[in-house]
Amino acid sequence: MIWNKNAECDNVDDRKVQQLYNLKKLVRHVYNTIPFYTRKFDELGVKPDDIQSMADIAKLPFTTKDDMRDTYPYGLLAVEEKEIVEIHTSSGTTGTPVLGAYTKNDIAMWSEVMARCLCMAGGTPDDVVQNAYGYGMFTGGLGVHYGSHTLGCNTIPAASGNTRRQLMLMRDFKSTILTCTPSYSLYMAESAKEMGIDFKDLSLKAGIFGAEPWSDNMRKEIEEKLNLQAYDIYGLTEIVGPGVSNECEAHNGLHVNEDHFYPEIIDPATGEVLPEGEKGELVFTTITREGTPIIRYRTRDITWLWHDDCPCGRTTVKMHRLLGRTDDMLILRGVNVFPSQIENVLMRIEETEPHYQIVVDRGDSHLDEVELHVEVEPSFFGDETKSLERIREKIAHEIKQELGIAVIIKLVEPKTIARSEGKAKRVIDKRTL
Amino acid sequence: MKIKQISVFLENKNGRLAEVTRILAEGDISLRAMTIADTADFGILRIIAEQPDKCLDLLQKNNFTARVTQVIGVRLDDRPGALHEVMQIFEENAVNIEYLYSTLMLMDDKVVIMFKVEDIDHGLDIIKKNGMEAITAF
Repeated sequence: MIWNKNAECDNVDDRKVQQLYNLKKLVRHVYNTIPFYTRKFDELGVKPDDIQSMADIAKLPFTTKDDMRDTYPYGLLAVEEKEIVEIHTSSGTTGTPVLGAYTKNDIAMWSEVMARCLCMAGGTPDDVVQNAYGYGMFTGGLGVHYGSHTLGCNTIPAASGNTRRQLMLMRDFKSTILTCTPSYSLYMAESAKEMGIDFKDLSLKAGIFGAEPWSDNMRKEIEEKLNLQAYDIYGLTEIVGPGVSNECEAHNGLHVNEDHFYPEIIDPATGEVLPEGEKGELVFTTITREGTPIIRYRTRDITWLWHDDCPCGRTTVKMHRLLGRTDDMLILRGVNVFPSQIENVLMRIEETEPHYQIVVDRGDSHLDEVELHVEVEPSFFGDETKSLERIREKIAHEIKQELGIAVIIKLVEPKTIARSEGKAKRVIDKRTL
Repeated sequence: MKIKQISVFLENKNGRLAEVTRILAEGDISLRAMTIADTADFGILRIIAEQPDKCLDLLQKNNFTARVTQVIGVRLDDRPGALHEVMQIFEENAVNIEYLYSTLMLMDDKVVIMFKVEDIDHGLDIIKKNGMEAITAF
């Protein structure tokens, strides 16, 4: 089912015309009403009239997370305060939060794009959506909630945590679609095992997992353990929350709702726009947003964009699942390493659990010491050190193959790495760089 | 004939071993032998207890990764050369020893040595054929 055929299956050229119209309108509006943008445009010597085609967007200034923090709370508001019906802030785990303010129209737009995402994952009004994203200031919970309402699903606002109750709800209300972070879904699988619940006896058909990067191997694991089809969803508070893009049944890239969020890929070092198909940092402009519209927001997420004849019929541009972030990209001994690469290796090795932590330190040698803590899968534990040593060597070997650097593997007891109900903390960087 | 040995995976973290002994003490478990094989960052504790099933259950309930392995307990006279006699017989009959350790006490003035061998049935067979005694339980 396609929620909005007109928008999602539109002729690409017709869509461009509409995008340009919206972009021009937005640029004029922010230049005239938001001092922050007036100053930014003037610094670059760019005027709203300079935007004559979508390619001209490259002339506009970037907006960064720091810009959003510096203007907190209402420095980027593009409407009068009385127009706001809801606000969200980013988790703020790393300092001052950033604000997303929504007008009535913004909430309607958010509900619409999220309904599209649910449909991409096979959702229909007959579904029961168990929403285990956090409710509150985090956009995950309410974003999915609005979309689920709009689509007309029975919506279970389970929120995150209380895993035993999640499984009980799933069983009692025959939830068909689960929405949560991928790492939380695996935690649920673990708990189900302890409770003697078999996912084969539940009604789940699809899971929409986002808010953290995950690998193809993790998808396989989730699909196997939870007996459902896993769909990747992408979104961020700065842009709207969940609903920016989602995988369709082809499981080949995420369709970007580009009539609302115009994507670009740039070289993170130079800021230069890269052609389709090239890897770089994802940038979004919210061309229809009223409350807190953002011009060329640098997401720090690494991916690439492409168009293809998708069997689902949607013509919207696709983004590859996230390869990592410019800021969680670890540079270890000069090698770029993403935690997702490590995850990929561990998923291939059946003797380990997909729970891991990377501890980076710089010893007296001034060399990066990388310790990878991995949980042993209990069924592979025996009475001999030899077999555990073999597992350890296997991991070390595979990691070296994958990353090209040697890491110290430390086997830890099962269930000792903290499980998370939100974003898993995978990297502990003790280096003072 | 076969003795149940409990193996426990232990990270080299302060207090993990004491945690095991605390659980066993509180569970009223009598220990008969104990040994640790250790590496740089983890160890495997091997335990012979009078109540192996209860011991395993207690450890698993307390979130330890533990499992059962079958080993042989050979009773020997407490005199010089007694151990070597077994070793020689094992060697002559290709009984492959993976590890061994001794128990914490004498049984009727005899010592008991625990053997983990590659093929336990073959090992027991050889013990029997050579007129030696493998204990059935503690």
